[in-house]
Amino acid sequence: MHTVYLEHETDMEGWRYAARQLIRLEVAPQEVSWCVKSAREPGIQGDIFAMPDSRSGSDCSSQEWAISNHAGREVVGISQYHGKTDVTSSTIFPEQLAPSTHADHLMVPRQFIELARSVILHQAPERFYLLYRVLWRLQRERGLMRLAGDADVARLHAMTKSVRRDMHKMKAFVRFREAIVAGQPRYLAWFEPEHHIMAAIAPFFIGRFATMDWTIMSPNMGMNWDGDVLQFLPGGKLEALPAEDDSEVLWLSYYRHIFNPARLKLKAMQKEMPKKYWHNLPEAELIDSMIAEAGTRTQAMLQRAPELPRRKIIGYKRGPQRPDITGGNE
Amino acid sequence: MIQVVVNFTERTYNGFMKVKQKLEILADAAKYDASCASSGTEQRNSRNGKGIGSTTGAGICHSYAPDGRCISLLKILLTNFCLFDCVYCVNRVSSNVPRARFSIEEVVQLTLAFYRRNYIEGLFLSSGIIQSPDYTMEQVVEVARILREEHDFRGYIHLKTIPDASPDLLARAGRYADRLSINIELPTAAGLSALAPEKDAGAIRISMAGLRERIDASKDKTASGKCPPRFSPGGQSTQMIVGADASDDRTILTTSADLYGQYRLRRVYYSAFSPIPDASPMLPLQSPPLIREHRLYQADWLMRFYGFEAHEIITSEHGMLALDMDPKTAWAIQNRAMFPVDLNRASKSTLLRVPGLGVRNVQRILTARRVRAVRLDDLVRMHAPVSRMLPFIQLPDYHPGATLDAASLPARLREVPTVPQQLGLFM
Repeated sequence: MHTVYLEHETDMEGWRYAARQLIRLEVAPQEVSWCVKSAREPGIQGDIFAMPDSRSGSDCSSQEWAISNHAGREVVGISQYHGKTDVTSSTIFPEQLAPSTHADHLMVPRQFIELARSVILHQAPERFYLLYRVLWRLQRERGLMRLAGDADVARLHAMTKSVRRDMHKMKAFVRFREAIVAGQPRYLAWFEPEHHIMAAIAPFFIGRFATMDWTIMSPNMGMNWDGDVLQFLPGGKLEALPAEDDSEVLWLSYYRHIFNPARLKLKAMQKEMPKKYWHNLPEAELIDSMIAEAGTRTQAMLQRAPELPRRKIIGYKRGPQRPDITGGNE
Repeated sequence: MIQVVVNFTERTYNGFMKVKQKLEILADAAKYDASCASSGTEQRNSRNGKGIGSTTGAGICHSYAPDGRCISLLKILLTNFCLFDCVYCVNRVSSNVPRARFSIEEVVQLTLAFYRRNYIEGLFLSSGIIQSPDYTMEQVVEVARILREEHDFRGYIHLKTIPDASPDLLARAGRYADRLSINIELPTAAGLSALAPEKDAGAIRISMAGLRERIDASKDKTASGKCPPRFSPGGQSTQMIVGADASDDRTILTTSADLYGQYRLRRVYYSAFSPIPDASPMLPLQSPPLIREHRLYQADWLMRFYGFEAHEIITSEHGMLALDMDPKTAWAIQNRAMFPVDLNRASKSTLLRVPGLGVRNVQRILTARRVRAVRLDDLVRMHAPVSRMLPFIQLPDYHPGATLDAASLPARLREVPTVPQQLGLFM
């Protein structure tokens, strides 16, 4: 059994590095256990580079999978491969693996790399194992990535979809509140992503709010932008958020008034804005009362007798027809 | 919430409440425009700018109201005072709804304040016609100009264009906006002149043609050798009201197909006419079922992405889409001779006509079958709606047999249970 310790939850480079060596050594997927040194996401300064205290911690992905493609080959110890004597060592730190001098014959289709970049952000601990398992199979099954109906490939697609949706919903549902910090307006938000997407989403918020100072906190990780530098922070608490913001009052008014009570489509709303997001959306508090009043408001509109206009109406006269709106007369 | 405003000085407090009241009136006035799209434009961000804003091309819905509609943009009217008397419109001159008018600066500040808090992708600004079309259009364009030029705002801007405004104003609108739209309002010119006497179907189409010409020119880099001026990179769209006049679905879809073809619209929005405050006595009492609007959108999708022609989609003699079945399934039942389709042999255009098969899964099937035959299990794992597809497909391990020709097939594929509708008669 080999154990790979990855630097952090989304350590794509570490995973790639280890996976290449393992494939070259023909280590079967069920022979590898994947662990994360720190439960935190990348970029947090401090103990991220420390060695793990407990190597049998819950970060290791479980190997209790039904595995059908057993290679049935003798596994060569990594350390031996690098010319050391400690053949029994079963722990791999990606940074300890020397780059191979051998010609590289890995089969790594572009579609796999594309999927892997988002799959690695998924919260499921078995993602490292699953990616390695597909990479392993790719060495033998050439067209595998093109089979969207294959169980493993379908799983990767489903995980990618879930990650992309989480990222999309974070772009949509982060709500900033304005606070004055050190004499400057700073925009603060609290969001609870489902997957490890904080670092991946940062470029979006930087690109959009480049000239603003902002902070987005989540239970596991935060990020701070000061107009120049992005800094990752340890996880935070919701209580740190300012309680109020004057523009939020206007936003709530807008939400209430852009709603058409004559067309309730609650399923359509909840499909795109599931209840799990509601507790961080200020406008969601209004939903119940808006639904409750909708029927009466619609009835009132229908039953109201038409009224004559209360103002004097001056008839509108259209101006002369413009010959050609584009100004050209060719 | 009141605590916030208590801290204001009296003057700012009054100003705040004034803006709040106007916002309520002018959002109420804008909600009958269905579009809230923020997609289809160029990609940009603020990294090298002085202001804020970005567009990704895909569009983001920042919230949803209980009416199921996406809230992507701050959708408001500059003013709901209007000289026109369009019968279906909540803002018509003869309506007694409360009126308000934003100042240009108020709209600019509101847009920026909402944008900074990540409530919106940008602004969708429309207006009632005041004084003259040119005067109104100038005010609308000025909001966009200030956002772009004075605040370097790079978020999304959708401007409602007034058909009778001068070409120069339209050119300026296109320079600042990501999308422009002119509402066709009703499926026929006769319907428009009956319900919107001040509007002119011919002028609307001339304006759409003008926009198309400028949009096309802005994309044509080769004509003059230099970059043409920016013009509405997100194209143009329109809206049609459904159920305010007697037009059937065939007329509506034929008009849509014509609009897509002639003016290369990005979208036609369908808005089921719904009860409005202070409605005109000339309007029908009964609003159309929301499901009709939904079916029109499905049919619209079939025309744009699935290779269907408008005339094929309407299968009934009375010119209406089936309400209890999606239009693709309804079409397939009428054309059973074409089925079952062998998913491993059929062409892409045939696969696109299989009920339940979407564009993405068609692509996946085409890719997979080059490696090996696609089987039933594969469809399940692709999360295709297999039970809906089964009567119409053939696989190495599956054949529909007699189910395809069974007289009971339409009943099996109906979506809406008939019981609640019948109950409705007794209530």
